[in-house]
Amino acid sequence: MSDFISRAFTGRRRVPEDLAARLPPGQYYEQGFPVLTAGPTPDVETSDWSFRIDGMVAQEAELSWKEFNLLESEEIPCDIHCVTKWSKLGTSFRGVSVDTLLELAEPMGAYAMVHSYGGYTTNLSIEDLTDGKAWVVTQHEGEPLPREHGGPARLLVPHLYFWKSAKWVMGMRVMDHDEPGFWEANGYHNRGDPWKEERYWSD
Amino acid sequence: MERLTAVVQRAPGRWMLAEVTHITQETPQVKSFRMRVPMWMPHLPGQHYDVRLTAPDGYQAQRSYSIASSPLDEGEIELTIDRLADGEVSPYFHDVVREGDQVEVRGPFTSYFVWRGEQPVLLIGGGSGVVPLMAMLRHRRLTMPELPMRLVYSVRTGEDVIYADELGDDALLTFTREPPQGWSGHTGRIDRSLIEAAGIDPGSAIAFACGSNGFVESASRLMLDAGTDAGRIRTERFGPTG
Repeated sequence: MSDFISRAFTGRRRVPEDLAARLPPGQYYEQGFPVLTAGPTPDVETSDWSFRIDGMVAQEAELSWKEFNLLESEEIPCDIHCVTKWSKLGTSFRGVSVDTLLELAEPMGAYAMVHSYGGYTTNLSIEDLTDGKAWVVTQHEGEPLPREHGGPARLLVPHLYFWKSAKWVMGMRVMDHDEPGFWEANGYHNRGDPWKEERYWSD
Repeated sequence: MERLTAVVQRAPGRWMLAEVTHITQETPQVKSFRMRVPMWMPHLPGQHYDVRLTAPDGYQAQRSYSIASSPLDEGEIELTIDRLADGEVSPYFHDVVREGDQVEVRGPFTSYFVWRGEQPVLLIGGGSGVVPLMAMLRHRRLTMPELPMRLVYSVRTGEDVIYADELGDDALLTFTREPPQGWSGHTGRIDRSLIEAAGIDPGSAIAFACGSNGFVESASRLMLDAGTDAGRIRTERFGPTG
């Protein structure tokens, strides 16, 4: 299809030359941090917050905000890619590796459904959540994560489209089978690799 | 073999060449583009299409735009596009595209911010956030004109009203900066009294709010306070769609 040329289109590349290779196909360079949320923004106090891992695990684990913050955290420099076409390059978050969290529960299934306050869900394979590829983060660029971006805590899975990085995260259920989460049931791709441009069901 | 009927491909997601058949200047910054879509399939009001532009050197830019038309407009879609000054795709549509041009599109996509006939319905739009809501309003007018649906529409000035000629009793406007001369209706940001004036019972309503993040936050806050269940408030927030 792509021998088609849009008449008189030359493009206005806004991405600096040295960053161009970090932009997946169909994405554009965005310096802001747009907010996209399905439904109202939940209000979650850290005093009420907890993170729970259950389902097919050797032992269920539940951490309060205080307990969570005692875990070893790390700074995560990363690029993020939203399926609505913007990418934010060279940003950073701080949080706890999902590897550390899953060690507490010992998953026995190969899939997980991540749950959020407000009812949002997203599905990921354990493979996409482990080996230093996913975190539960509480800070963005040195500041507490703003509520509109998922504060107090959100999942961060930068190698997949950003809808997988669930805001207001409250836990994950380990499963022996895969199931679609919220956007995965509403038209977006089940896995969402931005480098393969897996945006929609049919991609 | 030649006697077999050709199977029409109806896969959403394949790029195809649409032809722009009609362009409407809605406001100084907003135009609507009616297009004939070869592999058209009916959309749900609220869904979007992706568009893709390709430069001679292979460089491409993609954006998503909401459909403004009813799915009863068979074979066609209308995309309404706000011109963002520092954008890349919307200025191309505004400054270059003319009737008869071809544009690469694919869709329709996603099924969360969609109206499937639930009622009563309150639509709350800010600026060009009215676009997907217009698909719902138009579809209801064509299919179920008696169904209770009202649009609350917030715009800055009199000249910023998109679809101005089409808005009737089912739309309630408020002007946040400069109302048109002689305007005796609502002014200022959306508030509780405006939501009440819409006459849709918030306790049983399904609400669709679309606009900037700040606008959608206040719209959903107003609906929650009025008694609408969070699960019946569907939102769509603009990212930048330049």
